[in-house]
Amino acid sequence: MNAHRKVMMEAGLNSPDEQTNGLDGEILVQFKNVSKTYDGDELAVRNLDLDIRKGEFLTLLGPSGSGKTTTLMMLAGFEHPSAGSIWLGGQRIDTLPPHRRGIGVVFQQYALFPHMTVAENVGYPLVCRKVPKEEIRKRVQSALELVQLSEFAARKPAQLSGGQQQRVALSRALVFEPSIVLMDEPLGALDRKLRETLQIEIRRIHQELKVTIVYVTHDQNEALTMSDRIAVYRHGEIVQIDEPGEIYSNPRDPYVATFVGESNLFAGVIKERIDDRTARIVLDTGVQSEVLATVNTQLVQGARVCASLRPENVHACTSIEELPETHAQGANSLQGTITDIMFLGEQYRVSLNLDGGQAFIIKLPVAQASSLRFGQRIVIYWDQADLKILEAES
Amino acid sequence: MKLTQNDLWIFFFRVLCIIILAFLLLPLIIIIPLSFSPDKFFSFPPTSFSFTWYQSLFSSDRWLQASLNSLLISVCATIIATCLGTLAGAGLAKYRSRTSNLVLGLLLLPMLVPIVITGVGIFFLDAYLGIAGTYASIIIAQALVGLPFVVITVTATLQGFDQNLIRAASSLGANPYKAFTSILIPVILPGVLAGALFAFAVSFDEIVITLFLVSPGKETIPVQIFSGIRDSINPEITAIASLLLLVSVLMMILAGLLLRDRDKLSTKIKRL
Repeated sequence: MNAHRKVMMEAGLNSPDEQTNGLDGEILVQFKNVSKTYDGDELAVRNLDLDIRKGEFLTLLGPSGSGKTTTLMMLAGFEHPSAGSIWLGGQRIDTLPPHRRGIGVVFQQYALFPHMTVAENVGYPLVCRKVPKEEIRKRVQSALELVQLSEFAARKPAQLSGGQQQRVALSRALVFEPSIVLMDEPLGALDRKLRETLQIEIRRIHQELKVTIVYVTHDQNEALTMSDRIAVYRHGEIVQIDEPGEIYSNPRDPYVATFVGESNLFAGVIKERIDDRTARIVLDTGVQSEVLATVNTQLVQGARVCASLRPENVHACTSIEELPETHAQGANSLQGTITDIMFLGEQYRVSLNLDGGQAFIIKLPVAQASSLRFGQRIVIYWDQADLKILEAES
Repeated sequence: MKLTQNDLWIFFFRVLCIIILAFLLLPLIIIIPLSFSPDKFFSFPPTSFSFTWYQSLFSSDRWLQASLNSLLISVCATIIATCLGTLAGAGLAKYRSRTSNLVLGLLLLPMLVPIVITGVGIFFLDAYLGIAGTYASIIIAQALVGLPFVVITVTATLQGFDQNLIRAASSLGANPYKAFTSILIPVILPGVLAGALFAFAVSFDEIVITLFLVSPGKETIPVQIFSGIRDSINPEITAIASLLLLVSVLMMILAGLLLRDRDKLSTKIKRL
């Protein structure tokens, strides 16, 4: 443990003076140009550069096969990079075996040792470190208190529910005070209710212990609710890494816009630039649909773009006359026919067929949507700032 | 009630099964009444009941020596086969590749090659090394024959083993040796013990290779039985055969219990 602490101190001394928001900005883990191939042909992870900050909750989000789990496995030491290097607290670790890295890992299927009791499972990392018996007993006790399972210490894993087992696994991964804990879809095998309870519990533990957590999931809701930062993966690369709010409201490209939350996407072209920040855009909806949008300066007249609009940022009314003044004569609005109305509890999800044929989804508060009927024609409009203009994929 | 064609088939099938079972079991069972006969020659049915041959068996130095030899050789051979077979099985389960399939094939070879050929080969090798006729040579030969059975049961048990347990152990600070002894072995122990039992059974009644290697004073029970038939037909062998049959049945029951426990264990693990 002393060596371990020393490593962390060295990290503090060696870390570059990168200032980051919220946390103290100290870099704990660095992936430097890491690539991984399993078959010598296809890259599971491609030229990955990733800095993990000390104390943050970082989520690796992406569909299966996007490289997020491979990243985690390389950090844990179960897989080895084909190229590049991985650093933990200023020490190169990609050449170290897993048992010498001091990293806690939580698996989707719990991976509790079936022949040991809960207390023996949690005490295992301490036994490996030759901690004195009396101290093991104390630390196991407090680690089990952390996950509220003290009274289950004498049980075997098979006698616990899935949620309880994962909490045992959690306390086992924390009991030896690792600087970083990796979680590989830890809630994937649990039902929804239990998943939400454990999400809160993991958040609480993260804040209480100030431990760095790297969390892998393909569930975007989980990523948004739990993380300090999210790294969105596609085809072995990180497409965008940012805070959840930033990822949600300013997705870098159409892939992120649709993968994180629901999004309506339009293809379009810039018709003319009005000033530094504004441009007139023609959407390819099949009918006349010129809109104004906020765009960055790099996009010039004639550039192909992709426009993204969140379903909850769309308003609806029944005719053009009812549009507010800001949208007079149908500016920044589209018309369509309702094809489906779905009640979600706190809101309605309304599917439309826009004039010209494109499908479109809006989410409306209950009060606004209750008068809408299937087959009805409506007008939708939005604030200019909510229509995000992204570079079209080439 | 009308018999359908289907009923006839079922009837035929049952009769066939009974005939096959009888064919398998009768030669074994017939020994038992013979062993309780006082006659000096095999005659069936026995004329009266006695423990004559059991008494002569238990008072014979020859059989005592053979029993001790058998026990010593089989226990040593079983320990060697179990250790090597478990290590091999664990290694093969960890690294699955074309090479590992080849290695698995090589390990199972003693089970497939005609035993006489193995016997001749080992005899010449041991003669060349100058160890033929020693306990060591017989133990090594029998361990070789028992090895495939351990490899098979261990690899089968490991198929239900969650490799993430090993990953978890190593992430928690266990070096590979610690992970192997504290996690892998305890979890697959029922499979290892079942394999050991098979290896013991195979070793205990191995005769072909042992006949090649045996030297005076080192006869095992099967060798003694064999010479008991060949030289002089001595009814003592019916008594020892009955005892061996009893031991085999007990071992089968034990193996069954172990394998049932393993199934219970693996269903438990799957339920997690």
